[in-house]
Amino acid sequence: MSYIGKPKFQHPQLETNELGLTRRDYEGSFTTLCAGCGHDSISAAIIQATAEMSLEPHRVAKISGIGCSSKIPAYFLSKSHSFNSVHGRMPSVATGANLANKELHYLGISGDGDSASIGLGQFCHIVRRRINMLYIIANNGTYGLTKGQLSATADLGSRTKSGDESRFDNIDMATLAIELGASFVARSFSGDKKQLIPLIQAGLTHKGFAFIDIVSPCVTFNNTDASTQGYKNTWENYVALSEIDFVPMREEITTSYDAGKEKEITLHDGSVIRLHKTGNNYDPYDKENALHHISQHKRQGKIATGLLYINQSTSDYHELQDTVDKPFNTLTHHDLCPGSDVLADINNTFR
Amino acid sequence: MKPTDINDPNYFHKVVDCQWACPAHTPVPEYIRLIAEKRYTDAYMINWYSNVFPGILGRTCDRPCEPACRRGRIDEQPVAICRLKRVAADYKSDISKHLPIIPKKKNGKHIALIGAGPAALTVAADLLPLGYEITLFEKDGVAGGAMRTQIPRFRLPVEVLEEELSYVIDLGINCRFGEEITSMRDLLAEGFDAIFVGTGAPLGKHVELPGFEEARDNIHTGIEWLANIAFEHVSSIGKKVLVLGGGNTAMDCCRTSRRIGGEEVTVVVRSGFDEMKASAWEIEDAMNEDIPILNFHVPKRYICEDGKLVAMEFEKVRKEYDKNGKRLLIPTGEDPVILPCDDVLCAIGQENSLPWVEHDLGIEFDKSELPILNKRTFQSTHERVFFGGDAAFGPDNIISAVAHGHDVAVSIHLSCNEQDINNRPDPITSLASQKMGIHQWSYDNDISNDVRYIVPHAEKAKTLHDVNMEVELGFDEALALKETMRCLNCDVQTVFTDQLCIECDACVDVCPTDCITFTANGKESDLRSALLAPAKNQDQDIYVSGPLNTGRVMAKNEDLCLHCGLCAERCPTNAWDMRKYLFDTAKASA
Repeated sequence: MSYIGKPKFQHPQLETNELGLTRRDYEGSFTTLCAGCGHDSISAAIIQATAEMSLEPHRVAKISGIGCSSKIPAYFLSKSHSFNSVHGRMPSVATGANLANKELHYLGISGDGDSASIGLGQFCHIVRRRINMLYIIANNGTYGLTKGQLSATADLGSRTKSGDESRFDNIDMATLAIELGASFVARSFSGDKKQLIPLIQAGLTHKGFAFIDIVSPCVTFNNTDASTQGYKNTWENYVALSEIDFVPMREEITTSYDAGKEKEITLHDGSVIRLHKTGNNYDPYDKENALHHISQHKRQGKIATGLLYINQSTSDYHELQDTVDKPFNTLTHHDLCPGSDVLADINNTFR
Repeated sequence: MKPTDINDPNYFHKVVDCQWACPAHTPVPEYIRLIAEKRYTDAYMINWYSNVFPGILGRTCDRPCEPACRRGRIDEQPVAICRLKRVAADYKSDISKHLPIIPKKKNGKHIALIGAGPAALTVAADLLPLGYEITLFEKDGVAGGAMRTQIPRFRLPVEVLEEELSYVIDLGINCRFGEEITSMRDLLAEGFDAIFVGTGAPLGKHVELPGFEEARDNIHTGIEWLANIAFEHVSSIGKKVLVLGGGNTAMDCCRTSRRIGGEEVTVVVRSGFDEMKASAWEIEDAMNEDIPILNFHVPKRYICEDGKLVAMEFEKVRKEYDKNGKRLLIPTGEDPVILPCDDVLCAIGQENSLPWVEHDLGIEFDKSELPILNKRTFQSTHERVFFGGDAAFGPDNIISAVAHGHDVAVSIHLSCNEQDINNRPDPITSLASQKMGIHQWSYDNDISNDVRYIVPHAEKAKTLHDVNMEVELGFDEALALKETMRCLNCDVQTVFTDQLCIECDACVDVCPTDCITFTANGKESDLRSALLAPAKNQDQDIYVSGPLNTGRVMAKNEDLCLHCGLCAERCPTNAWDMRKYLFDTAKASA
């Protein structure tokens, strides 16, 4: 970390959003991660994405587990709700929070250790339960906080800085999320904010469980030429299945739409995800096709990125469980204890 | 765009806005850091070698550095550079051992300097260490030129002036004071190897209107009147004084009047308040001394009664622009304004006066009677005659005169060594890493967020009664330290090595002012708009790297860089480094 904080001076012409806030108002405290860590770029992308969306910081809840990745909520959105939970247990806490107040934007931040090892069971269940949130994995294939052992997402044959070679197949978190029923699954790279920012915006807007697996190189322990998740290999081998733009609902859509080259996905609130085809005519609605593309690219040593899969027809947890409409903190005494008449009515249904 | 050539000495020089704007290119951030370390003598000497009169300029400079200061672009006000320079002068210890050593054995060349003002003294300071013999002619009995005659003592105490003049004169000038040169022909005949004319612009202009002849005894030109005050030939003025003109001389005239009997002193300007040429701080000081400034009043006539000036008549005007955008002053048609007065001071400009330079010597003049000079070398059309200061291109300021002096000294030195004077020596530059540890730099990058500190003033009730009492008290050490911490250290440059970059974006993410971007190369306008916050200030360059592994380039907007070093701290591969750039203009004695 640095001895000085980030100076408060900002570009005088920095754009303000609809709330009159600049990007700088969405920052958190100064990072304590290693210089060059991909996770800092993810923080910056979240800052930019939320500022552009004019999200009210106090309407966001950021929840994380344990690990380098799970430290990053400290570095963005300092005016939001935040919970740094137990290792691998972010999904439980996020589920609880979401049940209590479904009106907030939920942003889960986890890492490959937190979600693919100790918290793999929790991960599977939160996907299955379709919690309305954006779940981000900052994936570097290594355990940085414990000095660089290989993690469960390290590619077969990849080597860390100390020379350890991964002898096991990796767990592909995007594949897993698609198979378990996630309705928005994307993969991106911390170095490519042009792709990452619209994906975060789309993921936060999507109704249902949204998941982004972000290759986020560990510059200290897993950034050698022999590492498949370092900067060099990722820059060389990541393939965008389609280029993405996010057009928020508020903005008038002015640019013309070319059906031959573009695909538009209108989200439930009227926002639009615009995919620019890159020649392979990728269809993100097709689950089998998505799984096929992921494994096909992987076989070639490539990383398929972009919006891999989306399904807008599934219901989220609240709809499936028919939960109460209002956040718990707004329920009155009468809502919770409606009186003996109502109790009598309920009892009557059992007679 | 092509990769930026950072080996061009002007590239990083331009990033140091204050130094770039200073006519003498004083290394401002370097001396401000020394002041912060309480190394006042070292700070003073850096100034001395650049501008020769740090104590004088620290009180009176026109401060072109301050409007240029980057702090003014990210904060409300620039660093108080000028007043920090004064701190170095106020708190220094004995500097005599730091002054240049003058060789006993002379080089056989003899130079004549005419006029003992800042330009000529700078020439002397640069040439004496090289063994030149210098003879200085001055029509007054003392040295100083405009610094003595045109700047009132309440802005520049005579002790400060004398001290700094003596540093140069005592280097060993043959002073021939009280000796007015009346013929260039005779001087040329004396066989000097070079002659430098630094006689300033000593002629004030009168406002000649109906009634002028009758009122003449009570109408004075500003600079001559100020000189008379300086030499104590004049020590009083009428109770009601009108000052015509809106420049710094007008401000000095009105404030001086307030101190020697002027009870109702009014400044009257033809055009608008915002068009006044005086420095904002001098206008502010005048207004603080209860001196009203009337704008859009065009003087029409002097009104006398019984052969004595009693008032002036003015016509009220308003501003309009014609089709070509030229500013016009149109009479409003209101009744004329009559302002009663006992004395009028005309401060509407000043002119060169070179009647003693005969026109048949090969020294050519232009239409406005200014000598025709090579703008770089200051050589006239006569190879042995050089001009500098206000005598060269008309009235300017002290720091420009000093800058001319340095250039003239180079020209004379080259000329006396029979070298091409157009082939100027390169500036002396260095670029050295400031890295001390992973997050430590040899400069203090933790800049202060404070607003500009105000220099304390002496009590108005006292200063208004003493024309020699200095108004500004200067920063004390504690205030000076706080002000130094506002400096952004713009001379500590962000230097990028493209081969080392792994394109992790850490610098982009951390930069507080969104200076850095990685993008596809393109035209300058494309790169300028590709930044998170576009680089609209065309006066400031963008720094472009060579192609990186992904084919993109790094483009950095130099405009608002805080030089905080966070890009270099967050860079995992040292592709960014903070390097201190020192730039010294070439001097004859260097």
